[in-house]
Amino acid sequence: MTAPLLSVRDVHVSFGGVRAADGVDVEVRQGEVLAIIGPNGSGKTTFINLCTGYVKPHAGSIHLEGRDITRNTPRQITKLGIARAFQIPQLFTEHRVIDNLMLAVAARQGFWQVLAPLDQPAHRQRATALLEMVGLQDQAESDVATLPEGIRKLTDIALALALEPRLLLLDEPTAGVSSGEKFPLMDRLMNVLRSQGVTAVFVEHDMDLVRRYADRVIVWNQGKVVADGPPDEVMNDPAVLRDVVGVI
Amino acid sequence: MRIALLLALAALFVAFPLAFPWLAFVFTLVISKGFAALGVAVLLRAGLISIGHALFYSLGAYTVAYLSRGAGVTDLILQLAGAVAVSSLVGLIIGLFMVRYRGIFFAMLNLAVSMVFFTLLSKLYALTGGTDGVRIGTPTLFGTTIERDTLESILLYGGLVLAFGVGYLVHRYLKSPMGEALPAVETNEIRLEYLGIAVPRVLLAAYVASAGLAGLGGAMYGLLVGHVSPELAYWTISGQLVLVAVLGGIGGVVGPFVGAFFLEIIRSFAVIYFDNIWNLIIGAGLLIVIFFLPRGLYGLIERATQRGPRR
Repeated sequence: MTAPLLSVRDVHVSFGGVRAADGVDVEVRQGEVLAIIGPNGSGKTTFINLCTGYVKPHAGSIHLEGRDITRNTPRQITKLGIARAFQIPQLFTEHRVIDNLMLAVAARQGFWQVLAPLDQPAHRQRATALLEMVGLQDQAESDVATLPEGIRKLTDIALALALEPRLLLLDEPTAGVSSGEKFPLMDRLMNVLRSQGVTAVFVEHDMDLVRRYADRVIVWNQGKVVADGPPDEVMNDPAVLRDVVGVI
Repeated sequence: MRIALLLALAALFVAFPLAFPWLAFVFTLVISKGFAALGVAVLLRAGLISIGHALFYSLGAYTVAYLSRGAGVTDLILQLAGAVAVSSLVGLIIGLFMVRYRGIFFAMLNLAVSMVFFTLLSKLYALTGGTDGVRIGTPTLFGTTIERDTLESILLYGGLVLAFGVGYLVHRYLKSPMGEALPAVETNEIRLEYLGIAVPRVLLAAYVASAGLAGLGGAMYGLLVGHVSPELAYWTISGQLVLVAVLGGIGGVVGPFVGAFFLEIIRSFAVIYFDNIWNLIIGAGLLIVIFFLPRGLYGLIERATQRGPRR
């Protein structure tokens, strides 16, 4: 058994009367690709928000390689090696695609330079390589504000990859991406993750993607983990088929 | 092309006062206000409007007054350096508090702090001379006594050189990761945090730089006029600095100087030809800029010289 990279223990979060996490225990193992599925509003995105410090649990704890990060800020958690891509892409709309990427590269390689330009060969080279990874090399000079949703989504993922994370959290990575582009994107993404040994968690509604790319699946429903195991086993579970897959 | 445009503008700054000596005072005032408005523009890039930078502008002038009268520092360069240092330090202290706020709260807090400073300057007569203000003597330069007329020339031409030097440094800063993060603060602060970038630190650096620039402008103003009073810290001066920055354009370093030029030239000629309506002209200019020139007057000059800005 591989040691857990991330441990979420007995975590409780509720918003008003809605329980998004109700005593949840989740372990993310080193090097695995974990998919989280569940109906809308079941608490999947809250899990990502918890792990990245955007939402603080009312009870319970979150550990990254044994280090308690429960009360850490998003910035501190990012510094520890957890990066995320958002369900709705979070980009700098005043900048071009390449500038977005160079800012992320600078954040990783040395941000606090007062007089050195952002657009320097080392930053541009790495940013271009990241754009090639997600197939956006032709969009480098485009203004982010004018891009279609699918390309913004890929840019958002590239921003997260720029941080060279140990754990990458992806919230519906292919939402907004055209159906013909979904599998090529995920193929490229998985190649990058596997070649760099990055552990990944992705929230997804597309069961075909989950079957094909996840090593393990967690089923989240009404704030609880109701199933956990290999994709074939979990997604053939009659209760999961009835209560979750059938309603996604 | 852009360098040629800058050199042409600089040549105008040199040539006109030679032909019309009274313009030396006005042009020096343009440089002084340009520095302060550049400070305001740095913050505007992050979407932060300060209606309180008259605090740092006046602080620069008062620092020069106290250095020359109280501390016996008469050298012009040391006085300017001292004004920048004091303004930056005060900017650091106030900035630690300010960078936690955004939008209207940032604007109003800056206004409030500057008005407290204005009141202190007005009421603490024994320290500040109250509403009478403080006289600023003519400084020395490298130990040499200089005449008032010479000082004006030094401030104009030295100020021009300083504007190029400081402007270049600010340009480099705005193109650095820290400078490029400023518009990113406005568009997506959360994403910056998720890149591991400490937004308060980005803003604090901008605030200190901004205060230092305003202090430098204020010091030049004090030396030029030879007197400083609390009116320099009043909120209308802060509003004027925002107006100048927006008029000229906040996209680059030159814009605020162009805005200051527009304001001071209009004001100077208005006194002669159309007194009482100069505010109307400035207001109309501002409306035109807001509706038709998002990059300000400097954007218009750039466009006219066929130099298309990237963004």
